[in-house]
Amino acid sequence: MFGFGILSGLLVLPLVGAAFILMLRGDSEAVRANVRWAALATTVVTFLLSLVAWARFETGSPDFQLVESHAWLSDVTRFKLGVDGFSLPFVLLTTFLMPFCILASWESIQVRVKEYMVAFLVLETLMIGVFVALDLVLFYIFFEAGLIPMFLIIGIWGGKRRIYASFKFFLYTLLGSLLMLIAMIAMYWNAGTTDIVSLLQHDFPVSLQTWLWLAFFASFAVKMPMWPVHTWLPDAHVEAPTAGSVILAGILLKMGGYGFIRFSIPMFPEASLDFAPLVFALSVIAIVYTSLVALMQEDMKKLIAYSSVAHMGFVTMGLFSLTPQGIEGAMFQMVSHGLISGALFLCVGVIYDRMHTREIAAYGGLVNRMPLYGVAFLLFTMANVGLPGTSGFVGEFLTLIGTFQANFWAAFVATSGVVLSAAYALWLYWRVMNGPLVKPELSAIPDLDRREILLLAPLGILVIYYGVQPQVILDAFAAPTQAVLSAYPMLNGAATALVGVQ
Amino acid sequence: MPVEFTATGIPLYAVPALGPAMPEIVLAVGALALVLFGALRGDRSLPIVNAGALALLAVTLVLVLMMPSETQWTFYGSFVTDEFAKFMKALTLIGSIVTLSMANEFFTRERIARFEYPLLIVLATIGMLVMISANDLIALYMGLELQSLAAYVIASFHRDDAKSTEAGLKYFVLGALSSGMLLYGSSLVYGFTGTVSFPEIALALAGEPHPGVIFGLVFVAAGLAFKISAVPFHMWTPDVYQGAPTPVTAFLASAPKMAAMALAVRVFVGAFPTITDEWQQIVVFIAIASMFLGSFAAIGQRNLKRLLAYSSIGHIGFALVGLASGTVEGVQGVIVYMAIYLAMTLGVFACLLGMRRDGVALESIDDLAGTARTHPGFAFALAMLMFSLAGIPPLAGFFAKLYVFWAAVEAGLAILAVLGVLASVVGAYYYLRIVKIIYFDEPQGAFEPLSLNLRGVIAVSSAFILLFWLVPAPLVSAAGAAARSLF
Repeated sequence: MFGFGILSGLLVLPLVGAAFILMLRGDSEAVRANVRWAALATTVVTFLLSLVAWARFETGSPDFQLVESHAWLSDVTRFKLGVDGFSLPFVLLTTFLMPFCILASWESIQVRVKEYMVAFLVLETLMIGVFVALDLVLFYIFFEAGLIPMFLIIGIWGGKRRIYASFKFFLYTLLGSLLMLIAMIAMYWNAGTTDIVSLLQHDFPVSLQTWLWLAFFASFAVKMPMWPVHTWLPDAHVEAPTAGSVILAGILLKMGGYGFIRFSIPMFPEASLDFAPLVFALSVIAIVYTSLVALMQEDMKKLIAYSSVAHMGFVTMGLFSLTPQGIEGAMFQMVSHGLISGALFLCVGVIYDRMHTREIAAYGGLVNRMPLYGVAFLLFTMANVGLPGTSGFVGEFLTLIGTFQANFWAAFVATSGVVLSAAYALWLYWRVMNGPLVKPELSAIPDLDRREILLLAPLGILVIYYGVQPQVILDAFAAPTQAVLSAYPMLNGAATALVGVQ
Repeated sequence: MPVEFTATGIPLYAVPALGPAMPEIVLAVGALALVLFGALRGDRSLPIVNAGALALLAVTLVLVLMMPSETQWTFYGSFVTDEFAKFMKALTLIGSIVTLSMANEFFTRERIARFEYPLLIVLATIGMLVMISANDLIALYMGLELQSLAAYVIASFHRDDAKSTEAGLKYFVLGALSSGMLLYGSSLVYGFTGTVSFPEIALALAGEPHPGVIFGLVFVAAGLAFKISAVPFHMWTPDVYQGAPTPVTAFLASAPKMAAMALAVRVFVGAFPTITDEWQQIVVFIAIASMFLGSFAAIGQRNLKRLLAYSSIGHIGFALVGLASGTVEGVQGVIVYMAIYLAMTLGVFACLLGMRRDGVALESIDDLAGTARTHPGFAFALAMLMFSLAGIPPLAGFFAKLYVFWAAVEAGLAILAVLGVLASVVGAYYYLRIVKIIYFDEPQGAFEPLSLNLRGVIAVSSAFILLFWLVPAPLVSAAGAAARSLF
């Protein structure tokens, strides 16, 4: 109909749900329940639609598929959508995580429920848009517009220092993105188009590449976030409501990595090679330094936030190793981290809803009262550490293999980060879950209820499934990775497949 | 100009074609009729004069839109109508109509409603239309002064209010100074080129320009910068914005800005296209200074009108980024910027006029606290307008900035664009703070119900900024056609 395809449908569906919720009048308990169910139904239907998109997607082709293009700003700046092997997994991750976010907010959000759900649904549209946009200007709009709902989510439903956190989040990200905007305009004047497919074929002059790369780096490094521009993340995570943290860690951080693989690496190959050592250095510092910082945290959410920065360090390192293993591993790590960190924040949310504190010292010996919770939390902690058999292992291992080929010392130091991550994660688990249950206020804490089991079980199953069957996702990344690396004829043996790993 | 003589030596001037100036003529004749009517009937005539002025402006808008799109000259070349003039006149008229329609309710409540107000708006509008169509220095000055004199009077329209009187006086003294500078610059330009007509000035400067012309150009630029309230000639703006009654501030922030910016574009691009390098430095400097001053100075403001004054200084700076590039794309960027800025300004001022509790008009940003709970629709519209002023996509304000940066990068002014980006991040802070007050703070009590008219303006302007990204092409291509008509 009018040439609108399934991807437009994915963009429009959450907005339809949001419009429907806005039409519900009143603020009685019944209306709030309706709002919650409507939001849940919308996200579930969107997820199902994204599964249809997946079914129609042909894995193994490096081309953009499900492409649609509509008249927009001008002849060369069109409303163009499409997915390839890099973007489709993230679309699925987004639509998959959204129902969990709605469920996680089922009871913890009691004020302004309607606005909350509308903000989340609008945010879903914008996040999907980032991954399906095939035009620079369109990408930028989706990339940046997400700031508005996220700013409101942190600022309205956040914790005590929510205003500071929301401003910091907004202004940090805005500064990075605006520099990218100037670079995008420069790309237009150099290439004569903003169409991403055409730009991927365009050779930018080397001198220009340096500047463009730096401008894009400013944006994606903040979004990722990389050391030393990561400081907004712990604040934002701590103050955001649980579902906000899940989205932040699960999807928004991934936009940085997606940006690197979509723009920086394939479009500016010379600059990427030149700057790879810089990225290695920052990544390694991120891995080691933020792991150490995580060790010292007294707030659970802050600890997980720092661990996210460390894990994103593996992603940037893997991407800029410019080897098939590194890139595929990094992409896999992003998907896996989206599931694991999302689940960890949900776990923290579970006990926060009960005790209204995130301080580690306020807990202890929970496993005595909450055996089911203990199992779930242990699973995700282990996955976060990168235990073989969980999806966390595959990503870290592949990125390390890739990096070893590119830079021995970076990989060497980064490996020590794996040890550190085990230290802080297990110590966290020990302090919260194990030992005797002595605190009187914890003596009546109930175990997971049915809603919470429903929340955590699918994530747990996926984390283990992708841990033993990583091929399902890696296959999607293989073809576009080959295509990206074909821009690097100067690298010896870059085109070799994942021999020995698979 | 060719002049024939009769046998007895009396010069015979041909009657100039009146068609191109028809909107201005209709407006002027109508204004005179309304003056007569008002003078005879006194203040009882207010509702009729008000409605008559609105109708007159609306008819003029229709006439402007019906003008043929090819360029026409009249009055011996001193008056020009082209696509550019059409577009900017339409913007100016929309600004005048909307702000006039919002004014009466406010003045009635403050008990200062007088029939002169609509008349002064109409007279100012005539001046603005002449400014936009001015094709020589004389017509420029004539339009500018007609607009300014009316503006000085309405700024002090609240006669018993010290702040309003102060605003009018300040505006008048500084405005007279800037007019003097403009005249001095004009006389230098005339002296060194021998003509006042823009196209002939451009021809005269085709070779090596005399330094005296550059000197004159600087003074002309200073006079224009005053009218668009660009740094360093912005000093009057915060005081006048704050002191003048709010509907007057709304008017001064919208329509005259459109006309003055149109005038600046026509002077720089029409009269001095051959010495672009010389004026480009001036415009670049003014743009940078305005963007940064607008961003930083607004941070400390608690009064919403004063804050909007600094915000308007910043926005003029961004629009000048487009003019600085001196290309078709640049002028197109300026036009798009001004159109979107007009929509945002009208929306924000409609919100400001709606802020009224217990019969008192509120102006502090803290009075907005928690409006998200008490007036969800109002709060949402104002928050979106703030995000749009900050230039966050997908709102219209983003596209405004996109097009001027677009032109600046093309013209090799990437540094200017980067500086603009930095300024807009600083500026985003105070817009965000308003959103924070609206959404995050605790409510302080509800406003009085908004009038239908204000609701309409808020609804239309927020719908425009929210939905612009879906169909941006019509406005952008119309602006492109308008920009091309200048080159």
